[in-house]
Amino acid sequence: MMFLVIGTEAVFFLSLIVAFVYYSLASGFNPQATQQLSLATTGAFSVLLLSSSFTFWRAEVSYQRGQVGGLKGWLLATMALGGIFLLGQGWEYWHLFVRDFTISKGIFSTSFYTLTGFHVLHLLIGLIMLGVVFWLAVLGDFDRPNSLVIPTAGIYWHFVDAVWVLVFTVVYLFPHILYKPS
Amino acid sequence: MEGNVYIPKPEEQLPSVDLEDSQGLLQWISSVDHKQIGILYLLMAVLYLLVGGLAALLIRTQLIVPENHFLSPQVYNQLFTMHGTTMIFFVLTPATLGFSVYMTPLMIGANEMAFPRLNAFGFWIAFFGGLLLYFSFLAGGAPDTGWFNYAPLNERAYASTPGVDYYCIGLLLGGIGTVGTAINLIVTILKMRMPGMQLRHLPVFVWMVLVTSFLILAAFPTLNAALSMLLLDRLWQAHFFAATAGGSALLWQHLFWAFGHPEVYILVLPAFGILSEVFQVYSRKPIFGYTFVVASGVAIALLAFGVWVHHMFATGQTNTFNAFFAASSMLIGIPTGVKVFNWLATLYGGSIRFTTSMLFALAFLVEFTIGGLSGVSFAVVPIDWQLTDTYYVVAHLHYVFVGGTLFGLLAGLFYWFPKLSGRMISERLGRWFFWLFTIGFNLTFFVQHFLGVIGLPRRVYTYPNLPYYGSLNLISTVGGFLMGAAVLFLLYILYQSIKRGEKAPDDPWDAYTLEWLTTSPPQLQNFGTVPPVRSFQPLRDLKQDLNKTKTA
Repeated sequence: MMFLVIGTEAVFFLSLIVAFVYYSLASGFNPQATQQLSLATTGAFSVLLLSSSFTFWRAEVSYQRGQVGGLKGWLLATMALGGIFLLGQGWEYWHLFVRDFTISKGIFSTSFYTLTGFHVLHLLIGLIMLGVVFWLAVLGDFDRPNSLVIPTAGIYWHFVDAVWVLVFTVVYLFPHILYKPS
Repeated sequence: MEGNVYIPKPEEQLPSVDLEDSQGLLQWISSVDHKQIGILYLLMAVLYLLVGGLAALLIRTQLIVPENHFLSPQVYNQLFTMHGTTMIFFVLTPATLGFSVYMTPLMIGANEMAFPRLNAFGFWIAFFGGLLLYFSFLAGGAPDTGWFNYAPLNERAYASTPGVDYYCIGLLLGGIGTVGTAINLIVTILKMRMPGMQLRHLPVFVWMVLVTSFLILAAFPTLNAALSMLLLDRLWQAHFFAATAGGSALLWQHLFWAFGHPEVYILVLPAFGILSEVFQVYSRKPIFGYTFVVASGVAIALLAFGVWVHHMFATGQTNTFNAFFAASSMLIGIPTGVKVFNWLATLYGGSIRFTTSMLFALAFLVEFTIGGLSGVSFAVVPIDWQLTDTYYVVAHLHYVFVGGTLFGLLAGLFYWFPKLSGRMISERLGRWFFWLFTIGFNLTFFVQHFLGVIGLPRRVYTYPNLPYYGSLNLISTVGGFLMGAAVLFLLYILYQSIKRGEKAPDDPWDAYTLEWLTTSPPQLQNFGTVPPVRSFQPLRDLKQDLNKTKTA
C-alpha cells in the first residue's frame, strides 16, 4: 500500500518539479534570483537528511535482529537528523524572508517556496509518523520482529529523502552550475 | 459442499462504536462496511445529480429563446461552472466509486475492503468537499470560471469572489478521498481475493476497477498540484499562473488536462466493466475475447496520458507537437473500438433478454460510438480549430459522459438493484424510463452538434437571433426538460420498488459472478464459505456442475 501512496505522491512532486523547470526555461526568468540561495549551507543540511536514511536502515536492521534498544536509539537518531534538517530549512526561509525574498517576489520564489514547502510538509508528516512508531516501540509493540509497520514507515521516509535529492539537484545544483555569478 | 473456501469475517464498525444494525442514521455514519459506504456513494451521486441537474435546467431555460434575460450573465457563469464541476466530481465519480466499493469485494469473494476505515474516510471527505464547493454560494458567489477554470481568468484579479478558492479546496478534498479509495481498491483486488482466485479469474468489471484505480493514482496528483498552486496564487499572491508577473497561463492548461483527459477514462472504464457484465448475462454467453477486453482497457489507460494536448490545439503549439497529440488521440480510438467489437461479438448468436439494463447497455453502444466519433473528429487539428469552444464540444462531451458513463451506470443500477435493495425493480416502469431518458437525451444534445457547426459559442449566456439558433435551442431545451422529468420518474421508480417491489431472489438474472451467490441484499458478512473458483464466471461453472450431478 505504501508503494501506491508514494507512487501517487511522486506524480504530485513531479508536477511541481515540472512547473519549476518550465518556469526556469521561460523568458521571464531572472537567473539572479537563484543567487539568493546558499548552496553550501543547504548542502550540509542535505547530507544530514540523507544520513537519516542510513540511521533508519540501521533501526530496521536492529528491529529484525530483535534488538529493541537499538531500534529505539536509531529511530531517535533518525528523528534528530530529520529535525535538524527541518530547522535548517526554517533557518534558510528566515534568512530569505529577512531579505524580503517572499513567495510573491517573482516566479522563481513562487516555485521555490512551493516545491520546498511541500517537501517540508512531507518531512513533517514523516517525523510525526516516526514519532508514533517510536512511541509504539516504547510501549513494547515491536518487541518481536513480525510487524510490517517499520518497513512500511521506512518506505515513506526513504521516499521523502529521495524527493529531496531531486529537489536539491533541480533547485540548488542546476542553477548553480548553469548561472555562474558574474 | 466439499472443498469450499472459508472467508474471514469483516470488521464491523469503528472500534469504539458499539451499535446495533437497527440504529439508523448513526449506524450509517459510523459504518465501515463496504456495502453501506457504496450505497452512501450512490446516494451522494443522486443528491448532487439533482442539484447539478437543476443548474442544467436553469441554463436550458435561459437559452430557450434568443436574447433572453431570464438569468444575468453573472448567475449564468456560476451555473454552468457548478453544473460541470458537480457532474464530474460529485456525481459521476462517486457513482462509479459507489459501484466499485460495493461490488469489488463481493465479486472477488471477500468480506470487506483491505482498509475499511480508509474507505469511510474517502467517502466522507469527498462528501464534505462537495458541500464546501456549494458553500461558496453563501460565501460571496460560486466559482464562475468554467469547470476547467482556465488561467488567468481564475486569478484573484479576474475572479474576485471566493468561489474559485472553494473550488480549489472542494476539489482537493474530493481528490484526496478519491485517491484514498483508489489505493484501497487496488490493495483489495490484489490482496483480498479469495484463495485460489487468480487475476485471470477476475470479472471484467473488477479488472476495469483495478485499471481505473491506477489511473486515479497517476492522474489526480497532477490536479491536486495545480489546485495547490492556484490556491497559493490566490491566497498568498504567488505567481504561478498570472502572466503579468512572469507566470504562465498555459501551465495551468497542461496540468489540468494532464489530469483531465485521464479523468474521462477514469469515468468511462468502470462503465465499460459494467457493460461487459451486463452483455454476458443478458445474452447468455460468456464475454467474447476476455483477454482482449481487459487488455484494451489497459491500453486505453496507458494511452490516456499521451493525449491531453488535444484539448489545447487552439493555444498555438508547434506543428510537431500538434501532430504527435493528434496521432495519439486517434490511436486511443483503436482499443475503444476493440471493446465495441467484442461486445457486439458477445451479443452475436446469444439469446438476448431485453431487460431495462440491457436496453441501456445497447443504447450505450450507439450513444457512446457517436461520442467517440465526434471525439476522433477533434483529433484532426484543423477541425478542432474550427469547432473548439462551440456547442459541438458540448454535444461531444455529453455523449461521452451521459451516453457513455451514465448509460453504463444506469445499466449497472438496473442490473444490480435487486442485489442492492433486496427488491425487484419494475421492468415495465423501467422501460418507460429508458425511452423517456434516451429520447430526452438525444433531443437535447444531438442538435447541439449542428449548433456548434453553425458557430454558436459555448459558455455565453445568450445568443443573437440568427437562422436556426432559436429553433435548435428550443428543441434542446425541450429535450432537457424531458431528461429532467425522466430523472424524477427514476427516483419514483426506485422509491416504489424499495417500498412495494417483489422480494428479490439471490440470483434473479441467472448471472455468472460471485455477488449473486450470496443473499439479496448481502448481510454484513458477505460469505461464509465459497466454492473454489476456476474461471471468471464462477457462478456459471457452479450451476453447470450442479446440472451435471442432477442429470447423472
